[in-house]
Amino acid sequence: MSMNNQGRPSAPANIGAQTVELESFSGHKGLRLAEPLIFELGTIETTGVDVEALGDFDFALGGMERTAEIGCPGLSEPDTVRHYTRLSRLNYGIDMGIFPLGSCTMKHNPRLNEKTARLPGIGDIHPLQPISTVQGALELMQELSHWLMTLTGMPAVALSPKAGAHGELCGVMAIRSALEARGDARKVILCPESAHGTNPATATFCGYKVKAIAGKKNGRIDLDALKAALDDSVAAVMVTNPNTCGLFEDEVKEIADAVHAAGAFFYCDGANFNAIMGKVRPGDLGVDAMHFNLHKTFSTPHGGGGPGSGPVVFSDALKAHVPLPYVTVNADTLDLHEWPAEKDATLGRLTAFHGQMGMYVRALTYMLSHGGDGLKQVSEDAVLNANYIRASLEDIMSVSFEGPCMHEALFDDRFLKDTGVTTLDFAKAMIDEGYHPMTMYFPLVVHGAMLVEPTESESKFNLDQFIGSMRGLANAAIMGQTGRFEGAPYHAPRKRLDETQAARNPVLRYRKPAEA
Amino acid sequence: MRYLPLTDGDRLLMQNKIGINHIDELFMDVPKADLNPTIDLPGHKSEMEVERHLSRLAAKNVAAGSVPFFVGAGAYKHHVPASVDHLIQRGEFLTAYTPYQPEIAQGTLQYVFEFQTQVAQLTGMDVANASMYDGSTATAEAVIMARRVTRKKRALLAGGLHPHYRAVVETTTQFTDDEIVLGGMLPADPAAELQALIDGIDDATSCVVVQNPTVAGHVLDLRPLAEAAHAKKALLVVVVTEIMSLGLMMSPGEMGADIVVGEGQSIGNGLNFGGPYVGIFATNQKFVRQMPGRLCGETVDADGQRGFVLTLSTREQHIRREKATSNICTNSSLCSLAFTIHMTLLGEKGLRAVAKLNHRKAQQMKAALEAIGGIEVLNDTFFNEITVRLPGNAAEIVETLANLGILAGVPFSRLAPKQGFDDLLILAATETVTDADIAALSAAMREAIE
Repeated sequence: MSMNNQGRPSAPANIGAQTVELESFSGHKGLRLAEPLIFELGTIETTGVDVEALGDFDFALGGMERTAEIGCPGLSEPDTVRHYTRLSRLNYGIDMGIFPLGSCTMKHNPRLNEKTARLPGIGDIHPLQPISTVQGALELMQELSHWLMTLTGMPAVALSPKAGAHGELCGVMAIRSALEARGDARKVILCPESAHGTNPATATFCGYKVKAIAGKKNGRIDLDALKAALDDSVAAVMVTNPNTCGLFEDEVKEIADAVHAAGAFFYCDGANFNAIMGKVRPGDLGVDAMHFNLHKTFSTPHGGGGPGSGPVVFSDALKAHVPLPYVTVNADTLDLHEWPAEKDATLGRLTAFHGQMGMYVRALTYMLSHGGDGLKQVSEDAVLNANYIRASLEDIMSVSFEGPCMHEALFDDRFLKDTGVTTLDFAKAMIDEGYHPMTMYFPLVVHGAMLVEPTESESKFNLDQFIGSMRGLANAAIMGQTGRFEGAPYHAPRKRLDETQAARNPVLRYRKPAEA
Repeated sequence: MRYLPLTDGDRLLMQNKIGINHIDELFMDVPKADLNPTIDLPGHKSEMEVERHLSRLAAKNVAAGSVPFFVGAGAYKHHVPASVDHLIQRGEFLTAYTPYQPEIAQGTLQYVFEFQTQVAQLTGMDVANASMYDGSTATAEAVIMARRVTRKKRALLAGGLHPHYRAVVETTTQFTDDEIVLGGMLPADPAAELQALIDGIDDATSCVVVQNPTVAGHVLDLRPLAEAAHAKKALLVVVVTEIMSLGLMMSPGEMGADIVVGEGQSIGNGLNFGGPYVGIFATNQKFVRQMPGRLCGETVDADGQRGFVLTLSTREQHIRREKATSNICTNSSLCSLAFTIHMTLLGEKGLRAVAKLNHRKAQQMKAALEAIGGIEVLNDTFFNEITVRLPGNAAEIVETLANLGILAGVPFSRLAPKQGFDDLLILAATETVTDADIAALSAAMREAIE
């Protein structure tokens, strides 16, 4: 053993091959720190803020003072910082590694976006300040609109929807408004079987019946089945393109023509727009409405499940129905159109204010950084990365559909047949490899789906490492080494969690032991 | 292109592996005529150039923190401790996805569980969900949920409900079975507004939706309304647009609310020109399975260790599709984290102190305005916001004061144009307002109206 001059060992002692199952006294495991709930840490007497102390004075609350205890504990600032820092370390994020969640476009979130969103003139302005004091904000919204319309070749955009599903709602409401304006009471919306769950949920929200359209063996919509389903009861067809199998609908123009010939509208779910920026414009393909997910395509952070932002572009046929408010241009100033004028055909107001300004600025920052040329490169790299994964795994995992994919590669569980390993097991074993699993069991059109979307943010080195892990796991499953799958994940902060118990006996909040 | 790691050499190697000679071979399904259109957009820019461009746009706006500031009406300027914004920018929170893989998302899931508990405690309800987009969309969801629960479809919206919220409810339900009845707006007479609501309840009523404090700032005793609603088997939906008020006011739960929705922006979140904000949604245990949105629940892992998961997801679109309780998917998770961290810093003690300070500042602002001849304050009761009647057009006076560098509030006519409210102004005073701000407001107002 080498020693430094104070007798401190400077190299590890040789403890041989054995490993020690060590139970710590603290409950921590080295850098993996156990962390209780704030309700178990704090007291209602503790606070981490200094507030000017006031003496007693008469309240003007009409006797509606709060007398009962609220029960929210506080923590000092150091303890607060530590608590949430510790919690953060139980999470996986894009900042840590590849996050190949298909249909979710988990790309790098540039920190410049965070900086511009926090400029006082952007982050610290009120939605109801005088219009004369927010001209720069309206200009920013105009500029973002210009980029979105140019990239899609569409003549109008509604910025205000708060997320993708809200954008779908906006789009389908515009369609229903347009149909009602022409006195056409259609009742049905067609969705392919591979659609996101939000599509049928949105259609129902707007009072429509949903009918599924079958897919073809090659993963695309069956045009003949679609044509057979189209009649004068159909209001719209909702199509994701590229679709949720990661494939471009090669008959998209024929679909659009058939939809329009039946007097219906063509709604496009733009969740997968990351594959086609600068490569093809939805407006050239006959789309009437399409929402974006700024939190997917344009790099605004997912933040553990939101906030998102879901602007919608519209064709000429729908643009009269855009929601309020929107920016209008005067001689030398910008204005906000906030309430309907006499003959407005607007579908109305979808949110209290003007939408997700904090996301607009991040998305615009991202677009300006890339430029038109860079966005095209983004799509090409995203598609290249997905095909590289597909090509590197197709000999060992089962690719669901032949031929090149777009920005995500779809596998199914045929390669796991008779191994006893399920898609879920496979996904959990990926956690032990240090990766967030891919999207699993979606789309519903293939069995045991594994949808891998690497995005353009991954280097070839990262992809090769990921491919190595995937090959290793596939091999292990096929060779019958099921141990690494059965209890996976072994190395995560938690083992598999009991979701059945959570649902059977829902505990949705903390209660003091005495109350519980 | 600083965000793209592939080199041209990498691209070539990868194309070889795939077996193509040109990237466009991967786009072979795109109609030939439409591939690679000319797109007239500027080219890529350096970080410095982009920052300069955005800074130029930002400089054209008047930041709330740079002037005496009294604008509220559904969004409020509060002091958010520096550690909140630091913590939410940790990459493990910022760049995580919805916690569908709970083994590696306990950080998100635990704070959601904490958020749900804090919201339930503040509102005085049993349970809260993991957040909605904002207060207005949460209100629309509450109306739709009340129909599901009661199997009745007529919702009565109070006159004192923020007009934008009323508009969002109307828009969102225009193609559903819901029937929306709008109560008359009487900003000067909250008692009459409330009585009209009570009188409007009948056997067909699914819910009454009432904001407290009202958009004009009045504080209501909702207990008689709760009693009247429950007598007709209707739900009481209480909307809170200034959640800081719950540090000082009796909770909606104590007043008999069945659903509490609202805007959580005031705690932890900046103004952001209207979004992103954080919608809150709370209700009683018996309605849990009718709630919209995500829910986080406690469970154990295979080793028996406590952990958290998303639960009761059979209500949600990704499982239930067209039969889901709502189409919501993405919510406001990161904003709810900011809320939870700020709430943890405050604790009950800090929250009560900040709420009390808000109330005090508003009293001082009210006294200063009352001292000006010609201004009538409409409120006997209020939390941190009041409505005044000016001897002139409020929008014009606000513009005059804006030119003097004072943002004086929201003209009622901006929320409800052409309804005879041109002389009304809504002003909010939070803990961020100083004595000097109130003096500046008062002096400028005096000058503007005299």
